Amino acid sequence: MSDLLNVSSNPHVRDKVDTQRIMLLVIISLLPATVFGIFNFGIHSLILVAVSIISCVLSEYVFERIVHKKSTVTDLSAVVTGLLLALNLPPTLPVWMAALGGVFAIVVVKMLFGGLGQNFMNPALGARCFLLISFTGPMTTFAYDGVTGATPLALLKAGEPVDTMSMLLGTTSGTIGETSALCLIIGAIFLILCGVIDLKIPGTYIITFVIFIVLFGGHGFDTNYIVAQLCGGGLMLGAFFMATDYVTSPITPNGKILFGICLGVLTGLFRIFGASAEGVSYAIIFSNLLVPLIERVTIPRAFGIVKEKKGGDK
Amino acid sequence: MGLKTFEGGVHPADGKELSKSKPIKELLPTGELIFPLSQHIGAPATPVVAVGDSVLKGQKIAEAGGFVSSPIYSSVSGTVKAIAKHRVTTGDMVESIVIESDGLFNEVEYSPCDDVTALSNEEIINKIKEAGVVGMGGAGFPTHVKLSPKEPEKIEYIIANCAECEPYLTSDYRRMVEQPEKLVEGMRIILQLFPQAKGIFGIEDNKADCIETISKLVANEPRMEVCPLMTKYPQGGERQLIHATTGRDINSKMLPADAGCIVDNVETMVAIYNAVKLGQPLTNRIFTVTGDAVCEPRNFYISIGTNYQQLLEAAGGLIHPAKKMIAGGPMMGFSMFDIDVPTTKTTSALLCMTEDEASKYETTACINCGRCVEACPEKLVPSRLADYGERHQMDMFEKWYGLECVECGSCSYVCPARRPLAQSVKTMKKQVLAEKRKQK
Repeated sequence: MSDLLNVSSNPHVRDKVDTQRIMLLVIISLLPATVFGIFNFGIHSLILVAVSIISCVLSEYVFERIVHKKSTVTDLSAVVTGLLLALNLPPTLPVWMAALGGVFAIVVVKMLFGGLGQNFMNPALGARCFLLISFTGPMTTFAYDGVTGATPLALLKAGEPVDTMSMLLGTTSGTIGETSALCLIIGAIFLILCGVIDLKIPGTYIITFVIFIVLFGGHGFDTNYIVAQLCGGGLMLGAFFMATDYVTSPITPNGKILFGICLGVLTGLFRIFGASAEGVSYAIIFSNLLVPLIERVTIPRAFGIVKEKKGGDK
Repeated sequence: MGLKTFEGGVHPADGKELSKSKPIKELLPTGELIFPLSQHIGAPATPVVAVGDSVLKGQKIAEAGGFVSSPIYSSVSGTVKAIAKHRVTTGDMVESIVIESDGLFNEVEYSPCDDVTALSNEEIINKIKEAGVVGMGGAGFPTHVKLSPKEPEKIEYIIANCAECEPYLTSDYRRMVEQPEKLVEGMRIILQLFPQAKGIFGIEDNKADCIETISKLVANEPRMEVCPLMTKYPQGGERQLIHATTGRDINSKMLPADAGCIVDNVETMVAIYNAVKLGQPLTNRIFTVTGDAVCEPRNFYISIGTNYQQLLEAAGGLIHPAKKMIAGGPMMGFSMFDIDVPTTKTTSALLCMTEDEASKYETTACINCGRCVEACPEKLVPSRLADYGERHQMDMFEKWYGLECVECGSCSYVCPARRPLAQSVKTMKKQVLAEKRKQK
């Protein structure tokens, strides 16, 4: 034999799914909400989406060039970050703010901590909160059909009536990608069917949140109120697409459930007792910080390991 | 569906169609055969022949080097040429007996047993021990040791591992298709040792024909039953198989016997039958030569000690250049840089692949996706364990149950970042175990 044979440790075969494929599936799953948002809010939102994505991809490329690291833009994770950031922006935001947000998300939240897989906070949400604090006015101005007004969630908090059907469909004001619960759920079902995410985090998040608002929302078990809370604001977008971000959520199965509970409680606290009507973003980035602690207390017991009886050796 | 299984696992492309339908063909070796003295777990065997001796097929050439050890028999007649170190499939150099075949295959006379039921347990176990029977699925644990648990009355299940969950391998499958009665008779002998036990044949449902034939064969056997299993890797892993068939769980510190189980694979049970009923020592086995680089994938009845090169030639050689040659299956087999190595009691296949997927892809950053956690049949967190391994954090490695790893490779298989997780975990596991031995 002329050629030397390859030698390596087992296994000698690999599954076809790689990081790029996973990111691509996430992008596809966000398309219904993105397309809906663009139709709902008009051409400016399309520009915001494009600018945000380009800003993220360029930031990653340039940063990696500067620090002489191998370029990782082909893994598509920067595209996902840019798209998620755009979906979290008000449709009337000045374009340069979206671009700045993209730079912040990639350079500060992601690359400075070591790049893909090392960031402790969801880059898109980190950037959103950065923009929210820096440019509170433009970031909280929501116009619909040319008329600036309160989001349905703000109306709900003020005790005014809301149209739950239009909240479900998404024909209301809000950020570009958060308004249509229906489109988001279609995307989420796609992701679940593709095996990219499972219901552990979003399921416990939503259930915990519902229990919380039934107990403390002041409306008791009012279906209309619950549906409005679920469809309003960034809950669906956050629960299915941001809280499930692999890098910033626990890897342990029980940790995912605990993480979901934290999210539900925090979102409830922020929405009901906080000053703002919205609380999903802060709940998620706060819970991101708890991940190392959550993992530490939820180390899964290996197969065949029997729990030691209480009172045994410590 | 009602199929029994375990949690976790993966579904690699099974590749069995290449050799599945090829009947077992006897392959008579030529030239030199090599018999490593360590073909089993435990002490190496001690040679009982000297260079220049002529031997017969079925003649003992090395005796057990202790209780946990096993004798070795020549699979050909011929002359002992040398006793020297020779490379084996794992790449190690192992002391081996080299016998040049005279091409005659003159055999010693075996003494078959007319009535196995009249034998005592000691006699049966002694026959198995003397025949050199070891676990032929890969581990090579001496079978007589396995069949001598501390508390024999506590053994409730004898499980025949007919899962053959490794992709590409079809040797157990062909054995079940062509000689299922030998397997059942092997089971009957083990059940005689353990009067309270029930015999279970755990077969993956991709071998529906075997499930049917064996079910028919045991239809009138009150102590035997077939348990169809979901086709999933590593269904044939000992702990996973015990869980699937009996619902009992064992960990790395326990033996199957602690859960009242004894597991033997198909070839081993047939070897038990040959040893006890026919009085024949272990000199032959079924072996699959397959892979997309092989001209004619085949199943052979080989003489143990035959060179891999000869087996590849018997399968028509290579049709495409091979990048990788593996002793065993693609998930747990050993890749070899050279195939001038002998077959042993535990080697079941030669897999020649035109692509090397392990080196084809570049390793990228972990994205914490948790696919390895879902795939791990031991419910571990492989990505974390690999990190602890690479950073050599022994305490954390143990805290996250790293020592429970069964080295099945499912984590590396699914990793979308193509990280060699199993390799890191395996290496660390070896180091931790070595450290523990030192401390004792």
